[in-house]
Amino acid sequence: MRSIAVLTAGVLVVAAAACGGKPPGSSGSDATSMRVGLAYDIGGRGDQSFNDAAAAGLDDAKRSFGLRTVKELTATPGETDAQKAERLRVLAEAGYSPIIAVGYAYSEPMKKVAPDFRDTRFAIVDDTMARGPNISNLLFAEEQGSFLVGAAAALKSRTGHVGFVGGVESPLVKKFQYGFTQGVKYIRPGYTVAVKYLTQPPDLTGFNDPAKARLAAQGMYDAGADVVYQAAGGSGAGVFEAAKEHQAWAIGVDSDQAMTADPEVRGNILTSMVKKVDVAVYDYLANIMDGTVKAGPTVYDLRLGGVDYSTTGGHIRDIQPRLEELKQEIIVGKIKVRAA
Amino acid sequence: MSTFLDRLLGRVKLGGWLALVAPLLAVLFAVVITSIVLLATGKPPLETFNALAQYGAQPRTMAVIVNTGTEYYISALAVAIGFRMNLFNIGVDGQYRLAAVVAAGVGGAALLPGVLNIILIVVVAVVVGALWAAIAGLLRVTRGVSEVISTIMLNSIATGIGSWLVTNYFGVLKGNELATKEIPQDSRVPGMALIPGTQLQVTGFVVVAIILGIAYYVLLNRTRFGFELRATGQSESAAIASGISVKKMIVVTMVVSGVVAGLIGMPELLGASYKYSTNFPTGLGFTGIAIALLGRNNAVGMAIGALLWSFLDNSSDTLQLLDISKEIVAIMQGVIVLSVIIAYELVHRYRIVAEQRRVSRELATPQQAEGAAA
Repeated sequence: MRSIAVLTAGVLVVAAAACGGKPPGSSGSDATSMRVGLAYDIGGRGDQSFNDAAAAGLDDAKRSFGLRTVKELTATPGETDAQKAERLRVLAEAGYSPIIAVGYAYSEPMKKVAPDFRDTRFAIVDDTMARGPNISNLLFAEEQGSFLVGAAAALKSRTGHVGFVGGVESPLVKKFQYGFTQGVKYIRPGYTVAVKYLTQPPDLTGFNDPAKARLAAQGMYDAGADVVYQAAGGSGAGVFEAAKEHQAWAIGVDSDQAMTADPEVRGNILTSMVKKVDVAVYDYLANIMDGTVKAGPTVYDLRLGGVDYSTTGGHIRDIQPRLEELKQEIIVGKIKVRAA
Repeated sequence: MSTFLDRLLGRVKLGGWLALVAPLLAVLFAVVITSIVLLATGKPPLETFNALAQYGAQPRTMAVIVNTGTEYYISALAVAIGFRMNLFNIGVDGQYRLAAVVAAGVGGAALLPGVLNIILIVVVAVVVGALWAAIAGLLRVTRGVSEVISTIMLNSIATGIGSWLVTNYFGVLKGNELATKEIPQDSRVPGMALIPGTQLQVTGFVVVAIILGIAYYVLLNRTRFGFELRATGQSESAAIASGISVKKMIVVTMVVSGVVAGLIGMPELLGASYKYSTNFPTGLGFTGIAIALLGRNNAVGMAIGALLWSFLDNSSDTLQLLDISKEIVAIMQGVIVLSVIIAYELVHRYRIVAEQRRVSRELATPQQAEGAAA
């Protein structure tokens, strides 16, 4: 019953788009009347990382489609699932659709709220558990991007010793580690990869503890590592500082950190594994506009441009052709990168 | 003569109309200062307060406020028990989190069926909270370690132990989330449809919170233990002189505080999420400190404070819809706590000065009478 309703709505939208005309006051694909809601996790717009990437995608969509009404709400630290659910509900009740929840912390809240608003479209980043006929799951192949920066680390390392610093040992961060290790081993099977996580879940402070990250990275550089990849959110700055002290390389994560990190340490950032939340958010909104949006998971991988490596600084110019080769091999499926 | 600390912690009572003036003055202060902040950031204060009032008047919101407020109130009670004896239990935060982790692990294992499991979960939480708090109490009486320092340290250690337990023993992986096993359906505390006009239920723990509030009042004001606790808080030397074992009082008070702290996470665990995950609320112990100050350690005052705090916390989404930064809420909360402290202090000082005047007048009058007689 529900799926038929969604299907019909989809067909109507496609029909309207096909006619080329948007009837005034129609909901869904009309940019001027569409109300887009974004629910960020802690930090919100301006965190120079994950949330900012989502915000960038929203801004792009605003410009391209001429969206007029956009509302962004941010979580407060230490809040409960009930409060996150209330945030989604407030947006839905105010007529916002689609509503994009940034981060898997919204998984349980979305499961509770989405069924109450069947005419509202929801999307959630990084979560597969919240499913429903009106929920789209925007996922990323972090392991593929991490594989490429792992290959870059192996190609650049002189000591045969590289490191990985993870913020919190959560399943999501482990995907980064697995991809990175596979990348290193693919290029140089004999190289060693030191792995260190700052905290264990449910303690999330590892994402926001640069001092701890700095210590962990210092330990790795002291032990002979010359490239350290960090997937540690706000703690990553500590890894960059340690890299500068030791005149060694660090690899950034999520955004192109050679452009966003402290200017002092940018010279030590070899490359970054970019996770293009902006691409996913933009793509989702574009699908809403043309009526092709679908419920369920979409994995933004190398093929869809959802993950990639950055080239700012030109430090990897010499190995870029090799990385492009690897990228193509992953895209065509010649190299299979495991996520676990 | 009362000290500032005595007045701050509500150990000196205001009588008569002054008891009404102080909170009114505090509200006035808070409204004026918040208005100034709003004007400074270019937002209309009247519209903002109106939006807040409208948000608070919805039945659904009321249920949300009571639910969050219940946890805040229990936390404030835990803090207040220590405050009344000059014990600053900053460790309520670690106590409730550790208690909740262990209780969630034990509860998820479903060793007992139904209601028995609920009882087991609550008992485990209470015992863990009490033991964790007792460490700080024992350190204070045996080694003279300030409970402020030890409880802050214990908070960090509690975080570490909690993570270790979840990662190695209690944790179950679901998607990207590592959490304890969910407490089975038959061992959950149901909500109550208390507020008409909304389907959202009020947590069953609101009853527990009310009982705890009454117990707090009775314990402090109607029992020998309460008298000894207050006496020790007012003057340690006087307490020793009157035969109270201060060391025993410190340990017992910390344990009682920890018992109540152990209950803070229960509304969330048994009534809302049924598991301990990365989304379990943190920092409730610190919220409790603010509310204990706001409510001046008074059972009713803290209840009002908890509801007010909860209302402000939950209104942040509505404010954001109006393009008002959610940080305004934090500013308002800070301003309110300061307003209450300042307003009460001013009223207290007024009372002291007025009393001095009255006494000097009374002392002066008989002299004149004598003079007239002579």
